[in-house]
Amino acid sequence: MTPFVAEFLIPVAKILAIIIYPMVMVIVMIWLERRVVAWIQGRIGPNRVGWQGILQPFADAVKLFFKEDIIQSKADKFLFNMAPVLVMFSTLLSFCFLPLGEPIRIGTYELKLWVAESPVGLLLILGLSSISVFGVIFGGWASNSKYPLMGALRSVTQILSYEIPVGLTVLSVAFVSRSMNLVEIVRRQESSHIWYGFLLPVSFVVFWISAIAETNRAPFDLPEAESELVAGFHTEYSGFKFAFFYVAEYAHMVLVSSLVVVLFFGGWLPPFPNVKALHFLHILPGFVWYLIKIMFFLYCYVWIRGTFPRYRFDSLIRLVWKWLIPLSLVNLLVVALLGSVL
Amino acid sequence: MPAASADDRRLQDVAESLRGRFGDAVVETFLGKDGLIVRLRPARLREALTFLKENQGFNALQDIIALDNMKRGPAGLGPAGPRFEVLYQLYRFPEGLRLRLSVEAAEGEELDSAQPVYKSADWAEREAYDMFGIRFAGHPDLRRIYLPDDFEGFPLRKDFPLEGTKRGL
Amino acid sequence: MAFKEIELNMGPQHPSTHGVLRLKLRVDNEVVRGVEPVVGYLHRGMEKLWESQTFHQIVPLTDRLDYIASVSNNLAFVLAAEKLAGVEVPKRGQYIRVILTELQRLASHLAWVGFMANDIGAGTVLLYGFEARETILDFFEDYAGGRLTIHALRLGGVPYDLTPENIALIRKVLDGLPAVLKDIGRLLTENRIWKQRTVGVGILNAADAVEYGLTGPVLRASGVNWDVRKRHAYSSYDDFTFEVPLARNGDLYDRYRVRLAEMDQSMSIVRQALDRLPDGEFRAKVPRVFKVQPGEVFHSIEAPKGELGFYIRSNGTDKPERVKMKSPSFINLQSLEKMCVGNLFADVVAILGSLDIVLGEIDK
Repeated sequence: MTPFVAEFLIPVAKILAIIIYPMVMVIVMIWLERRVVAWIQGRIGPNRVGWQGILQPFADAVKLFFKEDIIQSKADKFLFNMAPVLVMFSTLLSFCFLPLGEPIRIGTYELKLWVAESPVGLLLILGLSSISVFGVIFGGWASNSKYPLMGALRSVTQILSYEIPVGLTVLSVAFVSRSMNLVEIVRRQESSHIWYGFLLPVSFVVFWISAIAETNRAPFDLPEAESELVAGFHTEYSGFKFAFFYVAEYAHMVLVSSLVVVLFFGGWLPPFPNVKALHFLHILPGFVWYLIKIMFFLYCYVWIRGTFPRYRFDSLIRLVWKWLIPLSLVNLLVVALLGSVL
Repeated sequence: MPAASADDRRLQDVAESLRGRFGDAVVETFLGKDGLIVRLRPARLREALTFLKENQGFNALQDIIALDNMKRGPAGLGPAGPRFEVLYQLYRFPEGLRLRLSVEAAEGEELDSAQPVYKSADWAEREAYDMFGIRFAGHPDLRRIYLPDDFEGFPLRKDFPLEGTKRGL
Repeated sequence: MAFKEIELNMGPQHPSTHGVLRLKLRVDNEVVRGVEPVVGYLHRGMEKLWESQTFHQIVPLTDRLDYIASVSNNLAFVLAAEKLAGVEVPKRGQYIRVILTELQRLASHLAWVGFMANDIGAGTVLLYGFEARETILDFFEDYAGGRLTIHALRLGGVPYDLTPENIALIRKVLDGLPAVLKDIGRLLTENRIWKQRTVGVGILNAADAVEYGLTGPVLRASGVNWDVRKRHAYSSYDDFTFEVPLARNGDLYDRYRVRLAEMDQSMSIVRQALDRLPDGEFRAKVPRVFKVQPGEVFHSIEAPKGELGFYIRSNGTDKPERVKMKSPSFINLQSLEKMCVGNLFADVVAILGSLDIVLGEIDK
């Protein structure tokens, strides 16, 4: 393995993978959502474009690409164009820190299945998701129109409020695993023989609910609800820029699901490692288990969307400030106390 | 049928109270197929409606119906009386008594608005204005309701052609 | 930062205004300060048109008023015309009319619950409701040839008899509905989010409801026991036993429960009518040229949206002198401002949905 390959080609390949992998997941996700929601509602969903409609997202992308790019005359052009970029950028960058499996040995070279391993990877991901909030504000403000502005304000309030329980629950995981390094967290789950989802169930539930709110998904999707504000902060966006927001939202969902899996469900670890009878499960490489778990949570996203009505904005805010934040604070306290005692 | 005659008796009582209170402002009262019909002179319309609502318990104004009687006179030429007739369909709940108050208005004559008495008269009067051009004094916001604000003409009048006019839309 | 009042415009093209309705909203930081509905986008000049049509010809035109529940419009008009002309409809015809009208009420309420849930975000209920509604529309297509605007009634009775196949189809439809209603109930009735969006929202107390002239399920949800079918029974409704569902608080949740309960009652009425369907004629002999002596009448029925009435004045010919329709949605919509002011902006859509308005009926 020449230094050229090891230090240039492979990182470049990884960077490309960071762009392609979320895109592929987004495409699968779009298709999955439309088919599953249709199935819940007693319909069929797109099934003509390609096998079972799998090429539908491509058709949609092509359509959006060819649409006219409309910018209002009074819109702040720079911010208007910047907004989707910010959202996409911060989301994609977060994928760099997600570990997909144990490093693979190729000869003497160890291929690490992540782009970057940082001792504060968790913190970096949280920080990057905060940058995407700017994209939302810029989108709503720069559109120079009432509906997007109101939608943006609601969105921002929602995202900022729900970042607090996210941070607190993530902190509880960091406390138990003594590390903010995502790779370390998975390895600790392996060595302590229990996944944190079972050790810290309250953390998991609060994190999951807050994460759904962070990604503006049902039942917390008021800011972009069609029946209320037409389309919230991205009302005035058309064509490719709209596609950016759309894709960024799904990429964020994938990111969040990946985080849940890494933090609470053992990342690439196969289930039941202690049970000898189920050791055949180890045939599947870690990466595959990781994907299976992510798909399960993505399915849950869609399942919840097809079932529940939408929260009204004040109930949403009341939920986080009166219930989730105090709950996650108490949870953190309990975890800290028990952790130091046991 | 006992129920019908009990209603009839109550309606007769209402007719008597009205005649007692308003004297010859009440032109005529009679029991029709669907309740009591009262013809009233327009001058005491607001008073009569208030009396019916507060004193006689007619708590719902179901509809305001305007008519153009332009063709009614002998040989269909010109009205035999004032051109417009405005009907107020009232209801007494819970007994279920119906009363129809009828006033006539000449063209250009203003009628008292029923809106201060019955809130549901608001849009009904706007509709009468929109379609017939009858104005109601004291209505908070009398403007067209169905047609654009700059429409010319009043469609439900008998002299407005079915196909519409160029001045309209 | 103090936000001054902004004026927002909803519609006339908007996913949730149930037709072409424009709402001018004044909003102050999420709280609604004023609502002004602007109607007339669907005005077709029906009343002017009716003056040049014969009574027979008017009947199919009334379908287009409340196009979600077209049989009710037919019924209101034919009953008014028959009352004016003194036509007696045979018993079998009356029973068939009841069956058709109650099935139409079921279809209308199913559409309503679907739209209401969709406005609040539960898109699945929309599809469940419409799928159930399809079964009813299939029956209408079988019987009268149409699904939406069916011209299902005629002056003097109904156009066709109910064949045994029709009756079997109705029973099949009725057998399939309770399961759907149960599913919808399971998704919504005890759902925390649904309750948060509907309980205590858009409250209208009984006194205000009567004051504003409201009728129909909205009035009954505020606790006022007023159902035209009970007090002024028409078309043999007094032969059937049914309850009038009432609620107390007058909020959106109560309106939802009242309409759901009304659906149960409708199913019961249809079953009773089918079980006791008398033999005989289904349509009285009515002349082709339906001349009516000069006179006037006002007659109303309990339509799914409220009390639907027709005033007819005749002049001795076969065309009426004046026909005026009392539209329940027209009156109900006036109370929108009262219900919305002080509530949050996001509730406007829900409150509007709960009123169950149809623009065809409002605008004529």
